[in-house]
Amino acid sequence: MGTANSSFLAGFDSVGAVDPSLTSAPPDTPESPGRRHKSARRRLAAAGVVLGAILLGGCQLPTFGAYKGSTSQARSTFHLWQGFFIAGLIVGGLVFLLIVWAVFRYRKRSDDVPVQTQYHTVLEIIYTVVPVLIVIGLFIATVVVENKVTAVEPNPYTELHVYAFQWGWEFQYDNGVKVIGQTTAAPTMVLPTGKTVRVYLRSYDVLHGFYVPEFNFSRYASPGYWTSFDLHVLHNGVYRGQCTQLCGLYHSLMFFNVRSVSPAAFQTWLHTTGAFQRQHPNSIGQLPAGIHANINGTAPGYSGSSGNTGNS
Amino acid sequence: MKVESLFLLFLGLFFGGICLWYWFWGYEDGGTMMLFGATLLGFLPGSYYFFWHRRFHGHKYFFWGRIKAAGDRPEDRDDAEMADGAGDIDSFPNSSIWPFVMGMGAFSLVLAMVFGVWLAFIGIPLMITALTGVTAESRRGGDI
Amino acid sequence: MTDVIEPTQTGLQVPEVPTGEPHGHAGHEDHGPSGILKWLTSTDHKVIGLSYMITAIAVFYISGIMALVMRLQLASPHSSLLSFSQYNALFTMHGSLMLYLFAGPFAFGGLANYIVPLQIGAPDMAFPRLNALSYWLYLTGSITMMLGFFVAGGAAQFGWVAYAPLSSATSSPGAGPDTWIMALVLTGFSAIFTGVNLCGTIFYLRAPGMTMFRMPIFTWNMLVTGILILIAFPVLTAALVMLFCDRHFDTHIYTAVGCHLVNGLPMRSCGSPLLWQNLFWFFGHPEVYILALPFFGIVTEIFPVFSRKPVFGYKGMVFATMSIAALSTGVWAHHMFTTGAVLLPFFSLLSLLIAVPTGIEFFNWIGTMWHGQLRFTTPMLFSVGFLFAFLMGGVTGIMLASPPIDFATHDTYFVVAHFHQVLIGTAVFAGFAGLYYWYPKMFGRMLHEGLGKWHFWLLFIGFWVTFMPQYVLGLLGMPRRVASYPSNLGWQSYNIVSTVGAFIIGVSFAFLLVNFVVSWRKPIPAGDNPWDGQTLEWFTTSPPPHHNYTHLPPIRSERPTWDYNHPDALNVPHGKAAHTNGKTNGKVRAGV
Ligand code: HEM
Ligand SMILES: [Cu+2]
Repeated sequence: MGTANSSFLAGFDSVGAVDPSLTSAPPDTPESPGRRHKSARRRLAAAGVVLGAILLGGCQLPTFGAYKGSTSQARSTFHLWQGFFIAGLIVGGLVFLLIVWAVFRYRKRSDDVPVQTQYHTVLEIIYTVVPVLIVIGLFIATVVVENKVTAVEPNPYTELHVYAFQWGWEFQYDNGVKVIGQTTAAPTMVLPTGKTVRVYLRSYDVLHGFYVPEFNFSRYASPGYWTSFDLHVLHNGVYRGQCTQLCGLYHSLMFFNVRSVSPAAFQTWLHTTGAFQRQHPNSIGQLPAGIHANINGTAPGYSGSSGNTGNS
Repeated sequence: MKVESLFLLFLGLFFGGICLWYWFWGYEDGGTMMLFGATLLGFLPGSYYFFWHRRFHGHKYFFWGRIKAAGDRPEDRDDAEMADGAGDIDSFPNSSIWPFVMGMGAFSLVLAMVFGVWLAFIGIPLMITALTGVTAESRRGGDI
Repeated sequence: MTDVIEPTQTGLQVPEVPTGEPHGHAGHEDHGPSGILKWLTSTDHKVIGLSYMITAIAVFYISGIMALVMRLQLASPHSSLLSFSQYNALFTMHGSLMLYLFAGPFAFGGLANYIVPLQIGAPDMAFPRLNALSYWLYLTGSITMMLGFFVAGGAAQFGWVAYAPLSSATSSPGAGPDTWIMALVLTGFSAIFTGVNLCGTIFYLRAPGMTMFRMPIFTWNMLVTGILILIAFPVLTAALVMLFCDRHFDTHIYTAVGCHLVNGLPMRSCGSPLLWQNLFWFFGHPEVYILALPFFGIVTEIFPVFSRKPVFGYKGMVFATMSIAALSTGVWAHHMFTTGAVLLPFFSLLSLLIAVPTGIEFFNWIGTMWHGQLRFTTPMLFSVGFLFAFLMGGVTGIMLASPPIDFATHDTYFVVAHFHQVLIGTAVFAGFAGLYYWYPKMFGRMLHEGLGKWHFWLLFIGFWVTFMPQYVLGLLGMPRRVASYPSNLGWQSYNIVSTVGAFIIGVSFAFLLVNFVVSWRKPIPAGDNPWDGQTLEWFTTSPPPHHNYTHLPPIRSERPTWDYNHPDALNVPHGKAAHTNGKTNGKVRAGV
């Protein structure tokens, strides 16, 4: 990671000062022990969710395998996920127990013909009405969260135009700064932490999927129309992103990174890069070269857990 | 006929409702058109069966006019005996080569779309033969 | 030859318990040709149904082998087993074969064709020649689909959904995609004809007394499936024809490149990639239920028989099926939540609501087993396996119906795990339950119970081992349809477990093959009613005679055969009557 970063920043060094928060390694790199610990814990959580729910219920809910989310939008989604998971656990668990009970309790014991019961109106009404109520509850929660996740602020801190293409990404900032990268060199999207950024998304060719796992969010990049959404990143860090919608041959290699830095660092980066790009118009394509994924898809910068550190 | 018709009419009604709701909420034309098609798919056969249901019960056209009531079909009556179904059900072909011929014709035709028009020179004759064959067969009562 | 069927001939006889000896059915002998010509020319629904099933199972094995190859590729992050384009072609063909050419045709072309006329006491399907045509279109469609592997450029590589504009001539050139399109045109027509046939048969050929609300749930579900087919498949066929025009006649229906500005306004001919998604999913979601309802029907036949009870909440079950069908037409865009261009609340509400009728079906199945005398024969085991599998798939489905959660998991392995649990629950667990259940009716011989149990347990174990890790992978962010993945994210161990599971499933299906061979070599005679079946098809001989019945019992409930065999154990409507210690006069042969 460290060496990769320095080659990334080689471009900046020639133009001037770079904010230190950009050069320092992100808090949790894939190699750091913290990350291994976290992934083990996630594995455990996924395996023992039932136990976890019972033990931790009330005070602190487990993540149920999902990312806690590194944007404010992602946090809402994460809480909705917890809610749905618990609802699913209760309802699914109940049905599971009913099946298991029926299967073990009513094994064939004799040749008697059992009572030929066919209807039980009250029971049937109950198991129609109760699910309807549960569904209404789930729907209300969904709408509340969905409005938060898709809400666009009238005055975002900055705007960003993202173009997807076979097989890479182009990030265009307000002041004309462009970052382009493709399979051999994943591009990095730099964002200001703690500010709301409006992203406009579109594709040059086929459908692609803009997906950052730790943002709990994905959106198709489609030709023909713009779609937009807001990102409000909560912590500095590097988050891996990848194309999720099948887009042809090298779909598997369409990586990118999101790097969130302090607003001040963001501004410095934007202006130094902007100045650099004005002086070297041909450099646009190569700017982020060599930082992350190569053709084998190895080593996209990844902090793995920086999204999980905040308290929820 | 009653259950059949109400079943389809209910589906049509539901799709119609959804169609309206969707149109006035989303203004999306593709989906609205398809929902409208689904509505028709419920209503057209549904009202046809409903028509016959009313006829069986002595109503000439849905709610107007009267004819002699024939009563429900045996398969719609709870208390029907097997004997109530007396008479010919229908004539069923025992075997027929024409579906196969037509299948091969269709096969050549679609392959013609992919691999070259010359295949249509096989497909079209096959289709024509099969269509004539099957028509003649069913008119004569099913013999090959 | 034509047989004129006269119910008087059959109905007036004093019904007797079918004995298994062939009934004399003078005047009903099959006078048609024999040998291969018989197979080519048969319009008998039983022959066509069997052909459908055999073809569909062959497709299933081929497609399953593709799945195993893909799982091998994914066992290591940068495997060189397959190239990217080979991998893309494989999942496209695996998905297309499984969905279009196995699950659907197996259910509504195979089992329904065979069983529905028997269950309602009909001599054949309503349009026997159309029925035969359906099969030939299906078979040639399957061949066309596989032809893709042998043309220049290889098979289609755009996934089973063929999203525009990836499926355009520029992004997917070659004959492979065209064969894919044409295969689906053929099978689309085949499905539509079968749908017409099912509806016609059920509306017009029921035996006297077999009112709509006395039809077995399997038949009900097939009727509803037939209607869904008629709603969905024409849309697909039309969409495919337009796609073909886009590829070859430059029509730009699905591509946005036609959008020039003329006098500052977009030209009217401007195409839209979203249109394809709308059309496709308007087909695609009902299709998902076309693939589920028949299998719900199968287990609804099996639970009562092996619990020795009537199906619990029969009418509720019918209405639940109808509402699933109705709702399923209004939920298509829940596959498009992440386009950012659909009405989220509308589609999420309707999608969530489907959980209610599905829940009703679940409780009814459990209710059917409640206080029963459960016999765990192979069909019953598979049906219980279906319950567990579909429960898991269903619960995760509800999560995906919520747009924010879908945003987080869309097109990741979470979705792959979800739809495999649903589809394997239905098409594999319930589908093969149906095969084990009706095989004795079709051939007059049993499948071996011991081998069947091996098949079940290996499948059941393999199923969970394969797909549970995929949920975790999805939550970690592994996208679907990738041929390689980064090696430093800790994904490999889950993938290895999943691959091992897939091979356990593969082994389980070897047992099925062995079972076929065994039943063919060393037949275990089944008799007419080996399971103490309840519905009409168990009244006739195994295999049924030409035109199915020589006589019918009186039809007074949805299970005439049971009523006939157990006259002292009729349905108790409200569970209040005293316990009947009815002695059974039906012979329970196999399966304890
Ligand atoms: C026998 C066990 C099975 C295994 C091990 C298996 C494995 C796989 C694999 C590895 C993929 C590719 C995933 C990806 O790269 O995104 C896949 C995709 C798929 N499978 Fe299966 N599968 C099995 C059975 C089935 C069945 C029974 C069905 C349907 C009835 C089915 C339907 C699909 C579909 C629709 C896709 C998606 C294709 C696409 O992305 O376009 N699979 N399966
Ligand atoms: Cu892409």
